[in-house]
Amino acid sequence: MAEPTIPIIEIRNVTKTFQLQGQTIHALKDASLSIRKGEFVTLIGASGCGKSTLLRIIAGFEKPSEGEALMWGKPISEPEPQRGMVFQDYALFPWLSVRDNIAFGPTSRGVPKVQARDTVERFVDMVGLGRFADAYPHQLSGGMRQRVAIARVLANDAEVVLMDEPFGALDAMTRERLQEELLDIWARTNLTVVFVTHAIEEAIFLADRVVVMTPGPGRIESDNPMLLARPRDIASPEFNDIRRALSGKLHSHHGKKAA
Amino acid sequence: MALADTPQQRLADMPAPSSWLARLTPLGLALIVPGLLLIFWHVATARRWTRLIPTPYETAEYMVDFVFGGIYNDAFSATAHIHLLASMSRVYGGFGLAMLAALPLGLLIGRIPLARLTLDPFFQLMRPIPVTAWLPLSMILFGLGARSAFALVFLGAFFPILLNTIFGVKNVDPKLFEAASMLGCKGNAQFFRVVLPAALPSIFTGLRLGLGLAWFVIVVGEMTGVPQGLGAVIMDGRTLSRTELVICGMIIIGVAGFISDRIVVAIGNRLLRWSPNHHG
Repeated sequence: MAEPTIPIIEIRNVTKTFQLQGQTIHALKDASLSIRKGEFVTLIGASGCGKSTLLRIIAGFEKPSEGEALMWGKPISEPEPQRGMVFQDYALFPWLSVRDNIAFGPTSRGVPKVQARDTVERFVDMVGLGRFADAYPHQLSGGMRQRVAIARVLANDAEVVLMDEPFGALDAMTRERLQEELLDIWARTNLTVVFVTHAIEEAIFLADRVVVMTPGPGRIESDNPMLLARPRDIASPEFNDIRRALSGKLHSHHGKKAA
Repeated sequence: MALADTPQQRLADMPAPSSWLARLTPLGLALIVPGLLLIFWHVATARRWTRLIPTPYETAEYMVDFVFGGIYNDAFSATAHIHLLASMSRVYGGFGLAMLAALPLGLLIGRIPLARLTLDPFFQLMRPIPVTAWLPLSMILFGLGARSAFALVFLGAFFPILLNTIFGVKNVDPKLFEAASMLGCKGNAQFFRVVLPAALPSIFTGLRLGLGLAWFVIVVGEMTGVPQGLGAVIMDGRTLSRTELVICGMIIIGVAGFISDRIVVAIGNRLLRWSPNHHG
């Protein structure tokens, strides 16, 4: 079988600057990253490290000041359905039912109604919301809303799912459950996931690769392959070793910051 | 599958069909204040604290005559529906026209920066002028009579609809535009699929305020040179010193305004079922 030689997502020497009170701020400086199809990559770092900026550049919401962002070798110029975004605060359409939120993408792209309906039902079931398909977002808990948001991008044939601290606002129990469900969906499909978080445990639990980023200016500090067998036990000594190592890398910038 | 959280509880918070007793209690509570007012009115007039105001009974009797006739058989007997229809046609006509003008203008100003820069300052300047202050000018421009009343109703309803539409369109959560564009809904398509539904609660608030103001303004508009209309009835009652006529006119305006507001609220509740903070 011929493996695709080009990465699905490639970031080449991307710098992102913006102006704040006459000063130039480097949200991201000379970042390079390449992601292969089917990989689960987490971006982790303290606030201000540019992890959300990097995600938004991949999504197409923002353009790099320097360098380029590519999908399948072509420059990313605007948001597109093949790169679906899951926001921390859900960003569901409050006037649409669960079912209609999930149908929003397919109907926007002109998918025939009958075909769209089958797709929607499949993803409603995949995220376990069959009984609540006619409920409105405000009637759902945070965990259920995030399930809708995930189903919404999957139903729209996203190849890459970009997740910006998607479980950050959820309680620990719901968060763990959704992490497992997400891994389950990822394992069953051919998805590529780029997942931003500030929780080390979450990053290690989920990822094939953990990309550590450091602030001031935002940089990629290191790219760490996670070789632990799945399902991963967060209480195991191996897990703990990785956590300690990553924690050290996360805090390594403190010494350099004065420079 | 089992769910990690309890959405059943949230769904249980939805208004469930209640028993007749549960439905009757709010009605009873709502009637306390009008009831007390009626008793006070009765006591005050029966004890002759004032001789200028008729008793509730006299007023009720006159109301029957005003609506059905057959008691006094004067110039006003059995004419309530004529006046009510005249006022309603001006209220709904003026309101409808205001809606036709204010909705597109509001969408335009809220959505297009050039339109906002051009028109918004002008409307902000006009807004603080009370509608009643327009009366003399309106009479000069539209003549003494029904057209002037119509114009006042239009002005009264126009601003609340316009301002709330602008507010609704301008305050759409920017995240929703991002969500729509990454799902493949871009440019002008976002207007119908995102902007309009997101602004609907605000637009409805504007319509409700506008209709309320239309009923408010109609009396002023009909006070001079209009033969028919509830405002004219009230003015006639004043000139003829027939206070019962004035009170009957007031009651009919109150009830008509109340009913039309409830209709708007009912439509709003139906269209805005999805909105957690919109249950009028």
